[in-house]
Amino acid sequence: MIVVFYIASGVAILSTFLVILQSNAVHALLYAILSLLSVAIVFFSLGAPLVAALEVIVYAGAIMVLFVFVVMVLNLGPGAEGQERVWLQPRTWTGPVILTLVLIGELIYIFLARPGLALGGPAIGPQEVSLALYGPYLLGVELASILLLAGLVGAYHLGREPSD
Amino acid sequence: MSSLATNLINVFGVLFAVLTVAAVLVYGERRLLALVQDRYGPNRAGPFGLLQIIADVIKMFTKEDWIPPFADRFVFILAPAVIMITVLLSFTVVPFAPGVEVVSLNIGLLFFLAMSSMGVYSVVLAGWASNSKYSLLGGLRAAAQMLSYEVFMGLSLMGVVILAGSFNLREIVEAQKGMWFVLPQFIGFVVFMIAGLAETHRIPFDLPEADSELIAGYHSEYSAMKFGMFMVGEYIGVTLISVLIVALFFGGWIGPVLPPLVWFVLKTSFFILLIILIRGSLPRPRYDQLMSYGWKLLLPLSLLNLVVTGGIVLALG
Amino acid sequence: MLSVLRSIWGVFLHAFRRRETVLYPEVKPYLPPRYRGRIILTRDPDGEERCVACYLCAVACPVDCISLQATEDDSGRRYPEFFRINFSRCIFCGLCEEACPTFAIQLTPDFEMGEYNRNNLVYEKEQLLISGPGKYPDYNFYRVAGLAIAGKGKGEAEREQPPVDVRSLLP
Repeated sequence: MIVVFYIASGVAILSTFLVILQSNAVHALLYAILSLLSVAIVFFSLGAPLVAALEVIVYAGAIMVLFVFVVMVLNLGPGAEGQERVWLQPRTWTGPVILTLVLIGELIYIFLARPGLALGGPAIGPQEVSLALYGPYLLGVELASILLLAGLVGAYHLGREPSD
Repeated sequence: MSSLATNLINVFGVLFAVLTVAAVLVYGERRLLALVQDRYGPNRAGPFGLLQIIADVIKMFTKEDWIPPFADRFVFILAPAVIMITVLLSFTVVPFAPGVEVVSLNIGLLFFLAMSSMGVYSVVLAGWASNSKYSLLGGLRAAAQMLSYEVFMGLSLMGVVILAGSFNLREIVEAQKGMWFVLPQFIGFVVFMIAGLAETHRIPFDLPEADSELIAGYHSEYSAMKFGMFMVGEYIGVTLISVLIVALFFGGWIGPVLPPLVWFVLKTSFFILLIILIRGSLPRPRYDQLMSYGWKLLLPLSLLNLVVTGGIVLALG
Repeated sequence: MLSVLRSIWGVFLHAFRRRETVLYPEVKPYLPPRYRGRIILTRDPDGEERCVACYLCAVACPVDCISLQATEDDSGRRYPEFFRINFSRCIFCGLCEEACPTFAIQLTPDFEMGEYNRNNLVYEKEQLLISGPGKYPDYNFYRVAGLAIAGKGKGEAEREQPPVDVRSLLP
């Protein structure tokens, strides 16, 4: 399990670097997704499967989709054609493929070796996380929810049609 | 080493079964749609037209595998692989019968939700990488639709999680020994069914592909086996939704007299047939109708269901 | 929501209805006698060609799929030297049949003309000409027309009086 942890962290660091190095926005986002997935594996190997799942669902599954959504709309400019020659180079696609293969290999290893067991210490289930969130960290949760509410109200205000 | 052998048999058995079901669905769906539309469907190739499956596969494999010169090559190839991988990985956490499952993950349900949220990328990236207007529109629609319906999908399942007290699908099934969760969680079942249809973008929620407006939406530019992957991915998605409905709401393998696996297969087939029947009977809603239906009806409904379920469970101790 | 369930149920009930599909090669559909299918050239009751090669069908054809060449035999009877219909062009509109003054060209209730080779869709006179009179079994153009041909002189046609000698002064 310790090997899994180090490989996953390595992939996370490497792919995060590649996010920065990529000139193409969507390819950079793909590396960002990869980075989030490997962080999820890191959480899993540390014995926090709930956090790992939430990381994938919330960050990789929802927030990054919105990023891709925005880039999709913005990217179809007249200059896009000139960039395509750069995109078609093999060095852009070999990297993420190899890294993803490593991650998939690890996933298979985790499933086959010791399903549900943690790297060190016991696995932290959803109940412990919930008790911690609504026990000692209640204030933090409430603050975050107020922040989200403010964001929601702000978004609603900005998205409202002017009533003139 | 016997545990490794059992594991391997489970892995390849599940993979084989799922892919077979998907292949049979290619033929079965056309046959069943024809049945409810007073037609015969494919009935020429072989007995009852069963060899149609082989004909379709041969056609799919021998067609020209064309990548448009204006497409983003890497993402274009990646997209169909993503949908197959995510949907197939979701099957790893499903318990088909006692002892017949790939892995008993303690966050099984969350793993399914994670994988289905990763599945969005397939459609979105396919739409973007094709670099054509219809594909892009399909991709945009898919992104908004699947993101929205994922929310209710997750929320509708939480009632089941409260009742069972676990994310593990095996424990959820075992918690239904006394009563199927469809009775206390009927709203959850309805919302999950609708959201599941939207997640696999089946008719009536096939706005991302909408043949009549967007040609074929996000897979307009795909041909041959890459298109086949999308199609097989959709059929496996239908199977996955049926399997999960059975496991979460209809007691999984639990049933009298017959062996557990038979019960599971029977219940799953019923829901696959139901989904095909729904495809044959309902029209596609408009896009704003889809969105307002989701956010204004399904979201409050699933939240209410969650709150009421939680309250009752707390009150009963 | 109830209407949705009702329509699902209604569609489900259709599974037990009679099939609307006609299993074609085994069950042939009924085609009325005036169905516009494969074009034929007919013969008059005496067994001669009806076609007088007037070109009216070729002129009427909106897609120009008919081509023919007129010629005469020794007695002055006109007939087509060749008569060619390109069925890969033909739209089976029936205008040729309406234009024909001698009921020679007719459309029949037969549509099974599939071919693997496109050239096989060009029908020559041998393929077009049938041995019978088609839809008008008693009609014979030369028996009602005034033209003299072999075996029928002037004034011998049906309801035709003998020719008048306009140079004679006798009443």
